[in-house]
Amino acid sequence: MDMLADLVFYLFAAVLLMAALGVVTVRNPVHSVLLLVLAFFSSSALFVLLGAEFLAAILVMVYMGAVAMLFLFVVMMLDIDFDLLRRGARDHLPVGIAVGGLVLFELVVLVAGVRLDPSHAHPGAGLAHSNVSEIGRVLYSTYIYPFEISSIILLVALVGAVVLTARKRSDQKRQSICEQVARTRDQAVELKKVASGQGA
Amino acid sequence: MNTVGLHHFLILSAVLFGIGLFGIFLNRKNVIVLLMSIELILLAVNINFVTFSSYLADPGGQIFTFFVLTVAAAEAAIGLAILVTLFRNRATINVEEVASLHG
Repeated sequence: MDMLADLVFYLFAAVLLMAALGVVTVRNPVHSVLLLVLAFFSSSALFVLLGAEFLAAILVMVYMGAVAMLFLFVVMMLDIDFDLLRRGARDHLPVGIAVGGLVLFELVVLVAGVRLDPSHAHPGAGLAHSNVSEIGRVLYSTYIYPFEISSIILLVALVGAVVLTARKRSDQKRQSICEQVARTRDQAVELKKVASGQGA
Repeated sequence: MNTVGLHHFLILSAVLFGIGLFGIFLNRKNVIVLLMSIELILLAVNINFVTFSSYLADPGGQIFTFFVLTVAAAEAAIGLAILVTLFRNRATINVEEVASLHG
């Protein structure tokens, strides 16, 4: 990679880590969600740097467009006392730092031992076609069954989310189609003999 | 300063993973921030997958990231739906107060 790519990497990596740290530490959860969007955007830039343009686009569309907005809706919709939830967070700080630091140390030790064949020194060097056509070719041939299963997972999640959140509201009148269809003439119309001069 | 390579991306994703784990411990009462920490951890895993996919010139890693994204989106939707239902029934999202199944 050349100098410019290095600069782009360090810029977006710094923004990504700052945003991620902000997500878990800021007081206001709305800011937290917006920082999450920033983190996703920075990592999609890093994906472009790695030659994964398709995933970068997916990250922007699915995560920034859908998932983060879902979080934003829930945060703004629910009337939650967030200060109450933050109380006592300082007590967990040492444990969090200890466990996070331990895992980070282990991962760094692990990563330091990774050695790759020098022929793979440049990202995306071995791919003959563009990233999107390469992914499309593999996704619809080798990985076709996982792809179909993932569509079922999405369908189940869709139905599950609707079933979980849908509720009957007592303050609204709703149309009952089976009651409407089952209604007969006898229930609807009544013939009355009204004496002359008595009707309203 | 040596040029950016495989290890830079791997260290970055390790640090991101650590931040996500730290967030889980720091915000263990607030389910919304817990879910966001899980998203950060999944993002770290995805960066790892894409890095190796790119440096090994094998699209399999990117395909796996694709499936991780799918499952993460489903998980976020279901998690937030459960959260909304929980808040409607108990008027709280504090994990420590939700102990109805506790014997």
